[in-house]
Amino acid sequence: MIEALLHLAVLAVFPPLLVGVIGKTKAWFAGRKGPPLLQPYFDVWKLLQKGAVYSRTTTWIFRAGPIVSLAALLCAGLLVPLSSTSAPLAFGGDVIAFAYLLGLARFFTMAAALDTGSSFEGMGASREAAFSALAEPALLLALAIVSVPAGTFSFWEVFASLPWATWGAAHPEILVAVVVIFLVLLAENSRVPVDDPATHLELTMIHEVMVLDHGGPDLAYILYGSAVKLFLFASILVHLLVPGPTAAGLSGTLALCGGTIAIAVLVGVVESSMARLRLLRVPQLLIGASVVAAVGLVALFVRGQP
Amino acid sequence: MALLLLVLVPALGGLLALAIKSVRIDLGVLLAVAVLHLATAVGLWFVPSPPLGSLLALDVAGHLFLTITSIVFLVVALYAIPYVLHATHDPQAAPHLFVPCLLWFLAAMTLVTVSQHLAVMWAAIEATTLASAPLIYFYRKKSALEATWKYLLICSVGIALALLGTFFLGIAASGAGDGAPPLVLDALANAAPHMTRPWLKVAFIMALIGYGTKMGLAPMHTWLPDAHSQAPAPVSALLSGALLNCAFLGVLRFYQVVLASGDAAFARTLLLVFGFLSIGLAAVFMVRQRDYKRLFAYSSVENMGILAVGVGLGGAATFGAMLHAVNHSLCKAALFLLAGNVLRVYGTTTAGDVQGVLRRLPLTGVLLTVAFLAIGGAPPFGPFMSELVIFQSAIRGSEVWLGILFIALLAIAFLGMAGVLLPMLQGEGAADQLPVREPRLSVVTPLCLCVAVFVLGVFVPAPLSEVLQSAAVLLGGGHG
Amino acid sequence: MTADHADVVLLVLVMIDLFVVATSRIAAAIRASALQGFSLALLPFALASDGTPEHLAHAALIAAGVLLLKAVLIPWLLLRALRKVQIRREVEPFVSLHVSLLLGALLIGVAFWASAQLPAPRAGTPALLVPVALATLLIGFFIIVSRKKAITQVVGYLLMENGIFVFGMSLAREMPFVVELGILLDVLVGIFVFGIVIHHISEAFDHMDTHTLSELRD
Repeated sequence: MIEALLHLAVLAVFPPLLVGVIGKTKAWFAGRKGPPLLQPYFDVWKLLQKGAVYSRTTTWIFRAGPIVSLAALLCAGLLVPLSSTSAPLAFGGDVIAFAYLLGLARFFTMAAALDTGSSFEGMGASREAAFSALAEPALLLALAIVSVPAGTFSFWEVFASLPWATWGAAHPEILVAVVVIFLVLLAENSRVPVDDPATHLELTMIHEVMVLDHGGPDLAYILYGSAVKLFLFASILVHLLVPGPTAAGLSGTLALCGGTIAIAVLVGVVESSMARLRLLRVPQLLIGASVVAAVGLVALFVRGQP
Repeated sequence: MALLLLVLVPALGGLLALAIKSVRIDLGVLLAVAVLHLATAVGLWFVPSPPLGSLLALDVAGHLFLTITSIVFLVVALYAIPYVLHATHDPQAAPHLFVPCLLWFLAAMTLVTVSQHLAVMWAAIEATTLASAPLIYFYRKKSALEATWKYLLICSVGIALALLGTFFLGIAASGAGDGAPPLVLDALANAAPHMTRPWLKVAFIMALIGYGTKMGLAPMHTWLPDAHSQAPAPVSALLSGALLNCAFLGVLRFYQVVLASGDAAFARTLLLVFGFLSIGLAAVFMVRQRDYKRLFAYSSVENMGILAVGVGLGGAATFGAMLHAVNHSLCKAALFLLAGNVLRVYGTTTAGDVQGVLRRLPLTGVLLTVAFLAIGGAPPFGPFMSELVIFQSAIRGSEVWLGILFIALLAIAFLGMAGVLLPMLQGEGAADQLPVREPRLSVVTPLCLCVAVFVLGVFVPAPLSEVLQSAAVLLGGGHG
Repeated sequence: MTADHADVVLLVLVMIDLFVVATSRIAAAIRASALQGFSLALLPFALASDGTPEHLAHAALIAAGVLLLKAVLIPWLLLRALRKVQIRREVEPFVSLHVSLLLGALLIGVAFWASAQLPAPRAGTPALLVPVALATLLIGFFIIVSRKKAITQVVGYLLMENGIFVFGMSLAREMPFVVELGILLDVLVGIFVFGIVIHHISEAFDHMDTHTLSELRD
């Protein structure tokens, strides 16, 4: 019970800090001071105070979009364990459920974008559909690399069965899974090299463009939801990367949060050192990630399941 | 020791020629090294040299090919003297690398014939590709550059596959039980009966495709017509007369190991398939060929096919193949040298533009007729004998239809060649074209080769016959 | 280092293969092949599993040779040739880059299948060695066949040689060091000659598209 409350509290409070960390890292690289670490919190708070304006051409989908997507993401957050104890909603197939909850969130965001009737958002929605169609196999294949040897599709059990002592050398497929999930993180959270969150140019936007018409509390939900998505991917990565079981309870969760901050810094570094890919190249990157994950999976079978 | 010198002297000679700027002195070095090389190669028949560790040794097949290479090289070196001197007046030619690359080419080919370690042999064959590429690009023309590029890329890829085959063979050998033998021919042949069969088979296939590319077997032969036709005449003669044999030796080494394993049936089938494919494809392309140098190049493809068929049939046909290797080298070298004479006077390689060679270049014309008849398989020349041996072996064995196919394809090739060459030789030519005086060396050298081919057609001297027989026995055949 | 570390290196090799097949920037492809050479240099240590001093010394020598030649000298030669010719990118090859990536994935699948047909080379060889070597070979061959620019074809040839070399690594014990060095040197000289010919091609033809070298035909 206490763990469930702790999990919920961390999930509610912590994610926007990651966005702030990324911003600070990029600013440090650029030689600026950058916005304060807690800026995303201030943004969300500010937006929640405001009122929203709804166009008469939209329907209930437009209003439901941000709410459903945030709800789905928080639900997914309840599936990913934050320490070595299982998550509050853990069950037998939660890896698959995780992928589909993300899909649900994405679907409603796209539906809300299409609901506005503007071609601008429609363009963003179609791009998002194309790229996430390519990112999903990569994510699922990478998760399969770690799930198949464990024989289960529950996050908590998968992480518990990772061969901690020797994974680096003896199980290079896990390295492949980590690389692929990191690429999917960049794609799903609209980071460089897939999408530049800093510019708002028609040619380059994917996620930004879909949410252009939302304002006030809706925008707050969207910002918050994207922070939660980043946090979830980062937690999965930390679970895969850290050799040795994370401790249970509070200390485990704190360790995990520290790990996610490190991942956020890494994302900031990647964003600062690369340019955004041409839009035509993004499918290649994602297909390449899927292929690499497939190779990792085949390698797993060739070497014999541990 | 002598074996090492056989390789080192040409190599060092090449360095010397590179340092010397005078073309005449370079040609002198070339001639000196060629004479020394032939003397040593022949001398080793009488006074055998001890092997150099396990890496270098001369077995019968290697020595046979070494001698052929050496003879062709000396003849080509003599021909090259007036050729290069004439070419120094040509602004498009680049003679300063000619002699060094020729000598390095000789060194590399020698190394192929004397090496017993398969990886050393591989490195040597790759070295022949690298040494001969600049030779093809002697005349700085765009078409020559295209031919050089294709030659380099296709042969390097093929030879890379052969390296893979070499490694596969090593893996097959390591499955033979007591540790893995080194990649030396004798050790491999000893371990062959116990080798893991799948790896052995794949190794042979890779080697056949890889070294077969270098040898000019179809369908990997696509570089050959371009390279052999764009290269200057002496280089073409060497490429067709010496290098293709050395590449064939690469295939034969693998064949020896497969023979020792007892599972040679699949290898023979593959040799027959590639051989007949080469003969057939070459024959088709020889009919209505527009360029006479390309015609001779396709003839080389055809003859390499004949060699593969001979070894693939086994028995007496292998003896025939060995004899044919000798005949073809001498004959083809003569053909390309004569083509060089024609090119120098007429200035074009297009057969349609050449007429009346018999009138304008009488000596070359006569020799060209003789050489054409010889390579086409007419008696009383050498190739007729060797092809007859192969044909008889096929008929007497159970593969009668193979023998008939063999003769049919050879006939098509002969007719195709006749269709291109006879119009060139006959005719009046233009009225203002008088008979041209030809440099002595450029006629004497093909003459010697043609005489040799004629002699071999009439009778094969006993020592040569014995050598060919032992080589055939080494390669799973026998009985001439 | 054990055979398992070798598997990590082999997976890195495959990932680099996929990168080379999907990129259109020639300089990036050359640098990727240099990175492959660097990874190849780690393999002898991973495969010298019985750790006797003489085997380790042998492994160290091979690694040094591979590092010097495949990771430093050959890429340097190619980058120099690229600079002289002054092109930056491959034009769209015969097969589009998207399709190339998928075909590369297919070839990797074929390589895994083919190596499953053959019995394992010998005890102690990492299970991924044969598939990865075959995959690199096939992808290198595919690049030679499907690309237009001569330098990219040479990079494909390098990949082929890398794949073959991985095979050779499993035989390291049988080959005298001299022979392995000879093989490496051959490749080096080969690249050198390739570079010179490419230079001539670009001067004679003002470009490096080898698919237009089709004047000689019947």
